[in-house]
Amino acid sequence: MITGDVVGELVCPAGTPASLRTAVDAGADSIYCGFQNATNARNFPGLNFTPRELAGAVDYAHQRGSNVLLALNSYPPAGKFDLWREAADLGAELDVDAYIVADMGVARYISEKHPDRRLHLSVQAAAASPDAINYYVREFGVKRIVLPRILTIPEIHEIKAEIDCEIETFIFGNHGLMVEGRCSLTNYATGLSTNMDGVCSPAHLVEYVKDSEGNMSTQLGGYTIDRFGPQESAGYPTICKGRYCNEVQPDGYYAFEEPISLNLSKLLPDLMEAGVTAFKIEGRQRSRAYVRKVVSAFRAAVDDVRAGRDPKLADLVALTEGQKQTEGAFKTKKWR
Amino acid sequence: MLNILPGPLARRLPPPSELPVPLLPLQPVFYRIVRRVAAKHPELFERLGKHQRTDFIIDVKDFPFALHLRPFPPALILRAVRRERLPKHQAAIAGDFRTLLRMLGAEEDGDAIFFSRELVISGDTEAIVTLRNAMDDVEGSIAEDVAEMFGPPGKAALARLNAMAEGPNSEGDSHDNG
Repeated sequence: MITGDVVGELVCPAGTPASLRTAVDAGADSIYCGFQNATNARNFPGLNFTPRELAGAVDYAHQRGSNVLLALNSYPPAGKFDLWREAADLGAELDVDAYIVADMGVARYISEKHPDRRLHLSVQAAAASPDAINYYVREFGVKRIVLPRILTIPEIHEIKAEIDCEIETFIFGNHGLMVEGRCSLTNYATGLSTNMDGVCSPAHLVEYVKDSEGNMSTQLGGYTIDRFGPQESAGYPTICKGRYCNEVQPDGYYAFEEPISLNLSKLLPDLMEAGVTAFKIEGRQRSRAYVRKVVSAFRAAVDDVRAGRDPKLADLVALTEGQKQTEGAFKTKKWR
Repeated sequence: MLNILPGPLARRLPPPSELPVPLLPLQPVFYRIVRRVAAKHPELFERLGKHQRTDFIIDVKDFPFALHLRPFPPALILRAVRRERLPKHQAAIAGDFRTLLRMLGAEEDGDAIFFSRELVISGDTEAIVTLRNAMDDVEGSIAEDVAEMFGPPGKAALARLNAMAEGPNSEGDSHDNG
């Protein structure tokens, strides 16, 4: 059961039942996951849970003192709300500890139909001001806000002073600087929506093409979005991390952001000091190996900080996108 | 590079990827392996969904052949094929044996290996991602399941392969032709 009293709650990803058990065994306080449909923003092939699998996962987590958060964090298109409603009801039946939602209609439905369940506001809602956050708290009883990754720690501190709910921040994984929940880049290129279909860069429209010199091009929906030299680290096939050419920069440049991962391991004490309740690890699309290594490393680090020791972090750079890491906007808005 | 043969013998042979291995005697073994995995891990095949009917090429670079996989339970295919005569396929995965073994055993993250360019994928990306995700949901070790089929020699071979996969300087890691 989540009380919000634990500072430094470790919230970890699970794309499969095996990953969930791995996260629990590695020391996750809470695990977030979703169903195999458009109700969650990681609706990727081969991932996610059937209702039967989620039931088993909730039992496994609860028996070991961990919580399960159900991600219903996409936006229902007109005429399709039943899918989100059914998923919410199923979540209550399976005894999930909280829902992670982005859409106001979904928030309203859960707050009225399942008032005993916690509501967490997804980063997909892109609520970054006290006024916006307080609106969700007041109208839907939201207990926790997952902040966008665009705020400095002093800004988080200021927000905390003006809101009446817990704060969760990402500490590792996708850097994610787009205004999440409103990004239409994938939709523009593929016709499928990250926010309504749950697919950022749908895999069936991704192609990797290698040339005779060992260069690898990444293509999405027919658009070439990056090309990596033979010895160059690759990144995810997302438009926001693509490299593009124009007249001024004919050799290509990162127009939006670079393939790089967030790693706030050194900022954990500062985040706690700023009033952050929960630390989120990104990566439901990643493997059990990733979950085990990252969750174990941050479990030890959070325990060290709580005990007043200097946190010792295992080197996680091998697991980062582009094999590069950053503290992003949390450290300074001039991270690039 | 892969070589599980004792050092003196390995030094007298060409690299494993160039060994003139006859494929016909291997086919019943591979068929037995895929049937065993299907019987023991039916959930893996359920998670594959429509990609049960996809033809995959798994190119273990330091093997003298590639593998053709169609994970369709009613008509499973896992067979050795010549690189120069690959069958029609929709998706291909290539990497060295050590990398693929560590990924299969959930020791390495597939995305991280892809970022580092040690894993090369081509063709139907969705099929490959689905296969990767489905295999990652299998707890325990598929490699150990396969090794058990061959009794103590199988387990000993796997132990040696795992030792080789542990690190770049471990025993038997490099193939010295000199």
